[in-house]
Amino acid sequence: MARNLKFNIFRYNPQDPESTPHMETFSLEETDSLTLFIALNRIREEQDPSLQFDFCCRAGICGSCGMVINGRPGLACHTKTKDLPDEITLLPLPVFQLVGDLSVDTGSWFRELYDTVESWIHTSKTFDPNAQEERMEDAVAEAIYELDRCIECGCCIAACGTARMRPDFLGAAGINKVGRFLIDPRDERTEQDYYEILGTDMGIFGCMGLLACEDVCPKHMPLQNQLGFLRRKMGITALKNFFGK
Amino acid sequence: MQTIYTDVLVMGAGLAGERAAIEAAEAGFSAICLSLVPSRRSHSSAAMGGMQAAMGNCAKGEGDCPDVHFADTVKGSDWGCDQEVARMFADRAPVEMRQLAYWGVPWGRVVPGKGTYYKGGKLFDKEEKEENRGLINSRDFGGTAKWRTCYVSDGTGHSVLYTVDNVCAKLGVEVHDKTEAISLITDGVTCFGCVARCLRTGELRVYLAKATVIATGGFGRIYPGTTNAVICDGGGHITAINTGLVPMGNMEAVQFHPTGIVPTEILVTEGCRGDGGTLLDVNEERFMHIYEPEKQELASRDVVSRWMTHHIRQGKGVPSPYGEHLWLDIRHLGEKHITGKLREVYEICTSFLGVNPIHQLIPVRPTHHYSMGGVRTNKDGHAYGISGLFSVGEASCWDMHGFNRLGGNSLAETVVAGGIVGKKIAEFLQGAEVTFNSAVIDAEVKKQQERIGNIIRCKNGTENVYKVRKTMQDTLHKGANIFRTEQGLTECVKTLQETLERARKVGLKSNGLGVNPELSAALKIEGQVKMALMVAYGALNRTESRGSHNREDYPARNDRDWLTRTLAYWKNEKDDLPTLEYEAATQIFHIPPGDRGYGKSQIIQAENIPAAPKG
Repeated sequence: MARNLKFNIFRYNPQDPESTPHMETFSLEETDSLTLFIALNRIREEQDPSLQFDFCCRAGICGSCGMVINGRPGLACHTKTKDLPDEITLLPLPVFQLVGDLSVDTGSWFRELYDTVESWIHTSKTFDPNAQEERMEDAVAEAIYELDRCIECGCCIAACGTARMRPDFLGAAGINKVGRFLIDPRDERTEQDYYEILGTDMGIFGCMGLLACEDVCPKHMPLQNQLGFLRRKMGITALKNFFGK
Repeated sequence: MQTIYTDVLVMGAGLAGERAAIEAAEAGFSAICLSLVPSRRSHSSAAMGGMQAAMGNCAKGEGDCPDVHFADTVKGSDWGCDQEVARMFADRAPVEMRQLAYWGVPWGRVVPGKGTYYKGGKLFDKEEKEENRGLINSRDFGGTAKWRTCYVSDGTGHSVLYTVDNVCAKLGVEVHDKTEAISLITDGVTCFGCVARCLRTGELRVYLAKATVIATGGFGRIYPGTTNAVICDGGGHITAINTGLVPMGNMEAVQFHPTGIVPTEILVTEGCRGDGGTLLDVNEERFMHIYEPEKQELASRDVVSRWMTHHIRQGKGVPSPYGEHLWLDIRHLGEKHITGKLREVYEICTSFLGVNPIHQLIPVRPTHHYSMGGVRTNKDGHAYGISGLFSVGEASCWDMHGFNRLGGNSLAETVVAGGIVGKKIAEFLQGAEVTFNSAVIDAEVKKQQERIGNIIRCKNGTENVYKVRKTMQDTLHKGANIFRTEQGLTECVKTLQETLERARKVGLKSNGLGVNPELSAALKIEGQVKMALMVAYGALNRTESRGSHNREDYPARNDRDWLTRTLAYWKNEKDDLPTLEYEAATQIFHIPPGDRGYGKSQIIQAENIPAAPKG
């Protein structure tokens, strides 16, 4: 027999003067292959058309639908209800500014990050449209892509102890982003340049090593390795700076 | 009312829009992109497979050049494309791939030495040359003579979008995300920008610009099941349609992709078949080689989707609670390949289907995927009908795809067309002066405020937007699918006309305050039904079969009467049908209409086709 699911959903519309933050309960009969994407849309279309949440690709690729699902940040689109108990509690991701209900503003947070870490290739070369492309070993390209796979869903930020305390902390997504450029031979930034971005409490030294980021990452990014690698690298740079070259 | 001025206003912050904005910014102009979602969540990010460009670096791509790419594109379009545009595209594509490499895209690169590959389930040998080590590599895709699809694992769109968005951040191209354009501001001659709704607060804002660009992607969400993201709802097109002046080109040209998964309609990339995956039926037997001995699984998408549907009709489909489907088999490619170059496919299958594609078959069937039609523009990307309005990418009908686009050609189009059109926009802006008329702006704002007020207060009725939307989607699915008939389309048009009446009477159940999602849906439902009518009515009137448009009652491609592009207008707001006009598909024939080499070959020949120019 199909289960009757109970959804406890955080509700608050900051644009409605009569709205106050509260939890609201919805019931839904479980169907085959039900995901939170389908469930939330059904609740909106059949029960409360004002319910706010964010989905886009609904295929685990775009990172829109991060939310706290029974206490754990994750992507709602690829969460199947059959993997959850009868009672499902949904909260918006913390750290990011709330837009309403389950919808948060990850866009502004990440856009600021791009400027902070200057997340683009720094090169003195100019592009020559008539020249053949510069060569690159395929293994190098694959290693860059491995770090480029982050979908900026914000789950690692929401699960991060430091990010909850320090609003300027880059978080695993931000630190990993710097790591992506650090291994890219096209980027001419020096170790010292990267140290200026990462070598502070806002960067790699702010990480307390709790590593929830790696646990909750829906793309299974190698965040633990990445944080360890950058901490060592920045530690060595710090020592070099201290003792002179 | 907050009013923001910029030189270039782009609706949409996917690859096409951002690429165009970069050209304008590099020429010294200010540019703002509006986006429903943070730019990197745009649907470009979901395109996995790759971008076609004739690099000719890999062994199976040897001898490739823009001429061959151009010929494949024209054949793929079933001679429905503008050949001048297809030519510009094919010529520019390799340069654009190198530009992206310079900006930071980690393209897959050639690894010299012997290797193997699968085709039609069989193993073949190949050898990559030492001299090509480290150059941009390509994989195989459908409907092409050579391996031509440049890729980044199976996250090409993601990786390119992140790179291009980084360049935007560097150049100071602003992205106003969670912002939705709801109408264009125009005096009937010139476009002055748009009225937009903030999706953080629900407030309206005015954006004024010398050039406005519609780059909002496809409109697949007018169908019930589509691979498209939920934001691909035609919002940008609607703003153009509502002017009454801008035509939509070839709206009946709708692509169904062979491998949407069942259920959920998520796409698994053509790279699966390109890398050697096969299609199997209920008996777990291959069938594409029977219908297409030459190209087999790698005929163009319209052809493969049609044969799959045909095969299911022959009783060879696999029954399931979600309807009949077929199987995609990639097991023989092996774990390393599947969890490496096809990792997204692996993740989609395991997380959404509970299927492990290393050991199990993937349930697939043809699913709505791509809109060849859109805002009709000239070869510079300038929209017909209004000055200062441009369109680029899937939103546009530029028109290099005609009646069927090839896999890997749309993701390539985003950046190639973005670059070309962006440059033309910059030229247009040089010395262009615009006088903004405050009366025109105020009138448009007032009109939108009234429209919103009426919907919130149920002044026109209390129709439920979600129910109306469902009727529209189901009607289109039933009547304007892979196989089409006069009877089915006539019924479809009639039901959609009734649905349009209902759409005009939509009123909210909720209070409409703030970022109310019911209001967002209600604001575009009437426009969506108009688009659905453009699809169905265009299909009803096109009495031939061409590319993805397949009429069972008119099975031949009719070059005598239909070597044309449909232009659909909504001339008066209260009309209940679009006005259809036609223009020649192409002014120049580099390749006169002929046989595609795959698919059916019934052709009614044209009488006076100019010969291809020499040289």
